[in-house]
Amino acid sequence: MTAREGRLGRREFLETAALGGAGLWLAMALPSRADEVAGKKETALEPNAWLRVDTAGVVTIFLAKAEMGQGVFTSMPMLVAEDLEADWKAVKVVQADASPRFGTMVTGGSSSVRRSWKTLREAGATARTMLVTAAARRWAVEPGTCRAERGEVIHDATGRRLAYGALASEAAALPAPKDVALKAPKDFRLLGRRTPRLDTPDKTTGKAVFGIDVRVPGMLHAAVARPPVLGGKVTFHDAKAALAVPGVVKVVAVPSGIAVVARSTWAAFQGREKLAARFAAGPNGVVDSAEIARRLATAPVLAKPARADGDFEKAYAVAARKLEAVFDVPLLAHATMEPMNATAHVRKGAVEIWAPTQAPSWVIPKLAETFGVPESAVTMHITLLGGGFGRRAMMDFVVEAAEVSRAAGGVPVQVTWTREDDMRHDWYRPPGRNELRAGLDAAGKLVAWRHLVRAPSAAASVFGPAARAGRDRPDTVESAADVPYTAGAVRVEAAIPDIGVPLGFWRSVYASQNAFPEECFVDELAAAAGADPLAFRLANLPAGNRLRGALELAASKAGWGSRPAPGHALGIACHTSFGSHVAEVAEVSVENGRVRVHRVVCAVDCGMTVNPDTVEAQVESAVVYGLSAALRGEITLRGGAVVQGNFDDQEPLRMDEMPAVEVHVVPSGEDPGGIGEPGLPPIAPAVANALFVITGRRVRRLPLGALASS
Amino acid sequence: MSTTRYALDVNGRVREVEATPDTPLLWVLRDGLDLTGTKFGCGQGLCGACTVHLDGRAVRSCQTTISEVGTRRITTIEGLAAAGDHPVQKAWIAEDVPQCGYCQSGQIMAAVALLARTPRPTDAEIDAAMAGILCRCGTYNRIRRAIRRASGVTP
Repeated sequence: MTAREGRLGRREFLETAALGGAGLWLAMALPSRADEVAGKKETALEPNAWLRVDTAGVVTIFLAKAEMGQGVFTSMPMLVAEDLEADWKAVKVVQADASPRFGTMVTGGSSSVRRSWKTLREAGATARTMLVTAAARRWAVEPGTCRAERGEVIHDATGRRLAYGALASEAAALPAPKDVALKAPKDFRLLGRRTPRLDTPDKTTGKAVFGIDVRVPGMLHAAVARPPVLGGKVTFHDAKAALAVPGVVKVVAVPSGIAVVARSTWAAFQGREKLAARFAAGPNGVVDSAEIARRLATAPVLAKPARADGDFEKAYAVAARKLEAVFDVPLLAHATMEPMNATAHVRKGAVEIWAPTQAPSWVIPKLAETFGVPESAVTMHITLLGGGFGRRAMMDFVVEAAEVSRAAGGVPVQVTWTREDDMRHDWYRPPGRNELRAGLDAAGKLVAWRHLVRAPSAAASVFGPAARAGRDRPDTVESAADVPYTAGAVRVEAAIPDIGVPLGFWRSVYASQNAFPEECFVDELAAAAGADPLAFRLANLPAGNRLRGALELAASKAGWGSRPAPGHALGIACHTSFGSHVAEVAEVSVENGRVRVHRVVCAVDCGMTVNPDTVEAQVESAVVYGLSAALRGEITLRGGAVVQGNFDDQEPLRMDEMPAVEVHVVPSGEDPGGIGEPGLPPIAPAVANALFVITGRRVRRLPLGALASS
Repeated sequence: MSTTRYALDVNGRVREVEATPDTPLLWVLRDGLDLTGTKFGCGQGLCGACTVHLDGRAVRSCQTTISEVGTRRITTIEGLAAAGDHPVQKAWIAEDVPQCGYCQSGQIMAAVALLARTPRPTDAEIDAAMAGILCRCGTYNRIRRAIRRASGVTP
């Protein structure tokens, strides 16, 4: 297959490969949203995924992707298998090691299926065409008289059949066809059907290997004492007491702190407890939550608006009804269930890593630079991820493990973070102060909308200020700048303070914090207009906007307009992110001063559904993750150090608080949208809007749980 | 604190390990015996990822020191069923419960202990037994369905 201009204006390659092992191999180059996040220019893509049909007929998909629960190790093979006409029982998925040769390997931005579905299907169709051609040659018939079905090529006229395994070697000798036809949706056997996850069995027996489960011969364990103040420095340490702990073998300084290296994780933890160390706070010593709020409120507004349709000030000045409100969202930690960890073995001229990482493509160059080796000298084994949510796209925990290995004398070392390390040294979801103004005309129609997003830049925190320079819009206004409602004048602006705290990408990124003010404010506007919140949204969304179908479906399934149980109320919100359109209705009550969410009805238009079971699971997952944050999530700082440390003072939702969650899919033949994140943004505003119905008070600050009890 | 030699009954086998008496069972299993199916999540008994059985009862292995174990039988996720086909594991597969999967060993061990005591648990009994095991992927509703399925109640 020749290189061509893809949908994304990139060159995508799909070519035959000979990586070893008998059978038919195809290489794929799967694009990634991460290139955009990192501000990387478009370049030719290199292969980073492979398909093999071996001589036993086993179909193996090799993916250098991160499986962190989002189901890509099932959905991506399904896309290949559909057009390959593979027998699903013969399909396997294998984690490929990352390598700088493999092109982009970053898993994030709900992009795996969204960006790769066509390449994956084309790979399947290419292999199928080659297998059919091989069979036709064997039988000396026209390929057009043969068809493929469930791992076999069939010649209907003569009833002859050949299994893929028997054809794989001959097919491998054929040139890859240039253009292949994809199956029509009516012929799908897999896509759109509930398909059990390929990784479930190992995740029920303890066999699944996460980063923390890696065992390398001769490996030592380490814990690192890091300065409690973010950005602080070690000024003194005395290793004597730490070295006296049985099992502790070394205490070494690394750029991030002091590492206690031991024969077991427990010994490393105990040694670190005994370590005597002092730290200097540095400039962040003055940063506490009040200081962050001050910097958010006083940062200058950027001269160039992110969006300016019409003349906002003029439209607002003449509006019949004017509203303004300020909404605050806090810093958030990711708190993946598997704490940060990585295993590294740094030898002379070579770096070998075993890590639960979302971003080999970012961390490999960083390692090469740090250790002065070419990127080709970095070997990276990707493990399963015990949750990612964006935290594992950061490079710190991988680079630190390599630093400890080098400092410990080039032995393999696994660095394990405690929960407190993980909570207090995260790359946090940025805080935000959102200043909104809007005007309605005499008929209650939206005529002016202004959203000022005051938030620090995660992209600048991760990649440096240069990452922001190349953008036409700051990352901080993502999703706010795309406010879907029709208003004569729309103005979206940004003020971008530096708060000195490491910031990163948190499930659904800025949509997680910009949808809350947007959708709460729309509810306030509906009330001001004397309109039903659903009717107001529908009246102000343009015709053809896919949120309309999602809103109508969610409302109808939730019984919007009917009376909920006594003391309960319904709230609605919707948001588009990562190519998918989601509406949610939350049924809420307040019991003994605590917010209780009983039921969440979701409707999602994510285009063509690959695995309905995964769509349901991911939307439900995003709702729970978003609800934990909406009710209790908040990281605060005192003297530059994070106050919260474990699941007692930063407690996620537990089973006894779990609402019923229903996920309804809006039927669609559009290209697939993302699914790992889009379910998250509507949940906080949906709950807040329901709370207003109960209390008559607008809550404009997250988390909601604490305020409701006051 | 110096180390001591312990003989533990782990998944039906006697395993000898040397450790300081304050070493949590969690780290004995993971680092001493390479039974990595039992997970570290919080180290404070708050998340339940480290749940194992002592004589069939669910305990937090991060809060149980090796010196407290004595002769009690330790069962980990690896020892639940040789072929990984314990009825609770089968129910977990039928409901396709796991997402990232990290907490699921603890969830399954807690569910097995619950069902051994209470073969047909009510929702409130499921809540009481399972609320201590955190899942950040939000698989709680599927966990509930899998427990019901394993208890013979058609979900």
